[in-house]
Amino acid sequence: MKAITGNRLSDGAVVYLADDDLWTTQRAKAARFDDDDIAPVLEAAQLRVREITDAYIINVSADGAPAGRTVIRETIRGAGPTVRGDLGLQAECCA
Amino acid sequence: MYRYDEFDATLVGERVSQFRGQVERRLSGALSEDQFKPLRLMNGLYLQLHAYMLRVAVPYGTLSSRQMHKLAHIARKYDKGYGHFTTRQNIQYNWPALVDVPDILDDLAEVEMHAIQTSGNCIRNVTSDQYAGAGADEVEDPRIWCEVIRQWSTFHPEFTYLPRKFKIAVTASQNDRAAIRLHDIGLRIHKTDAGEVGFEVIVGGGLGRTPYIGHTIREFLPKKHLLSYLEAVLRVYNLEGRRDNLYKARIKILVNAGGAQKFTDMVEAEWAAIRKSEIDLPAEEVERIRAYFAPPDFEVLPAESAALEQKRKGDTAFARWLRVNTVAHKSPGYAIANISLKPVGGIPGDISDVQMEAVADLAAHYSQDEIRATHEQNLVLPHVRKDDLYAVWQALAAQGLATPNIRLVSDIIACPGLDYCALANTRSIPIAQRISERFADLEQQEDIGELKIKISGCINACGHHHVGHIGILGVDKKGEEFYQITLGGSGAEDASLGEIVGRGLSSGDAVGAVEKLVDYYRENRQDNERFIDTYRRLGADPFKEALYAAA
Repeated sequence: MKAITGNRLSDGAVVYLADDDLWTTQRAKAARFDDDDIAPVLEAAQLRVREITDAYIINVSADGAPAGRTVIRETIRGAGPTVRGDLGLQAECCA
Repeated sequence: MYRYDEFDATLVGERVSQFRGQVERRLSGALSEDQFKPLRLMNGLYLQLHAYMLRVAVPYGTLSSRQMHKLAHIARKYDKGYGHFTTRQNIQYNWPALVDVPDILDDLAEVEMHAIQTSGNCIRNVTSDQYAGAGADEVEDPRIWCEVIRQWSTFHPEFTYLPRKFKIAVTASQNDRAAIRLHDIGLRIHKTDAGEVGFEVIVGGGLGRTPYIGHTIREFLPKKHLLSYLEAVLRVYNLEGRRDNLYKARIKILVNAGGAQKFTDMVEAEWAAIRKSEIDLPAEEVERIRAYFAPPDFEVLPAESAALEQKRKGDTAFARWLRVNTVAHKSPGYAIANISLKPVGGIPGDISDVQMEAVADLAAHYSQDEIRATHEQNLVLPHVRKDDLYAVWQALAAQGLATPNIRLVSDIIACPGLDYCALANTRSIPIAQRISERFADLEQQEDIGELKIKISGCINACGHHHVGHIGILGVDKKGEEFYQITLGGSGAEDASLGEIVGRGLSSGDAVGAVEKLVDYYRENRQDNERFIDTYRRLGADPFKEALYAAA
């Protein structure tokens, strides 16, 4: 499956397109699309230039975890630097 | 030391307000990202994995305590309480919000700092020897010429859109601490047998996917001709360098494609045409700049300090730090104190706001208000009285800044890697952390001696792996991190490019590989050989065998 990610324009935070069509920092809340349906979603997302920048498609598994070749990169993007567990979303989720 | 003149203050002020307007227009949607990206890059602002990243220039690595206090303030107020010193003597902030960046730039301007020319295809921040003005081994202070180059290159209209970025490093010592043979232009100030001082001009060095050691295109250039000669080199590159292929656009490709002699001939022809023009600085202007770098008023002191000797004998930890982290100063009774930003298990180059404040205070009290950043991602207090070294060491130790490992196996250069960088294929920092933990024993580190490990998370080679005595390059294989070992590189005066020794290793095996290589070296070294000397004497084969046999 696929999801849409990008960086929030105002602060660069990693965000995902959610089911409510808003941007969320929680990858678990990212809307998941079938591979065939994703292209127009990305196109629409890329038009939202006042909200985000650098939008692109990522592969996700059925439960929303990053999948495919960029799994390490997307895991780190979603959670924060592996060398600083006190920073990024990983610091918020389990506090 | 470096200071703005009225032109700089005006230029920087105008640039900040211009960028403030650009940010506002980007946020309002008046500018698209495609339009905005080159503008933000011209102001040192990148977009990385988690956030924006702001790269702040530290001209030739020199900072005052006031500037360091401001860097700490920015880390605290706008970022997440830390900064990261890079291999180009700059500092990067990893989490600034776009909306805050104009305010950050205003804050920087208050202390005569900025982020101009830290990105883009222009002449980047000039780097130098971190011991400039202090080292016992220098011909003269190279920063005078760095400043001449800085003024000449700032917003140079002809060289704002070069084929690719352009990096210049200057040193004035036979001991190369600025990696001059790995820069687009490296300048070495030296004195001839006749007593004349001038530049050796080295062109076309660089790392990345196509590494080259630079070629000396002129053994001796009189100092007064520096700018016209640089202008000739840049002009040839600007006209002849390739713009059709990003990977072939650096000057190293131009120099090596046609051969160094052909390139030299083109430069000399261009120089002959322009050298009589008024590009070179008048002598009085050079003297005005030289006055910025007038040496501090060093006290007349005995060469040795009785207080220091007493402390050295009574405190083995201090004695070790003294042995490893301090260096001879040109003025009797003084020493250069290196501050390691490589604690065991730490992130190379990272420093917290609290640590920055502490370093700034120490510089103000004990080092003539001066701090230096090094290309090996450490800091330096360049002018410390030997009498004060014990107090400095205690204060550094209290902040976790007294790791005695300069030039040793745990003094590792590592790029930010996939923990931060949008270009990286693999992580670098965790490998550095694991190696420094594996070699945490300080006595063992000292016994191993000088050993430069450099780690890059992709082929762009920001971690200088090609010139590590042991280099480690991260490569992605179908979503898994692997690490390729190179051996025999050096970024110093004995510059050489490392050789790839075999198949890539997993992250766990890479750390073990370093241990095997070090063990082999210790078993086979002669006399006072460093790792690199033993490698050069024995060649790659026995090291490869040690690495891969019976694995």
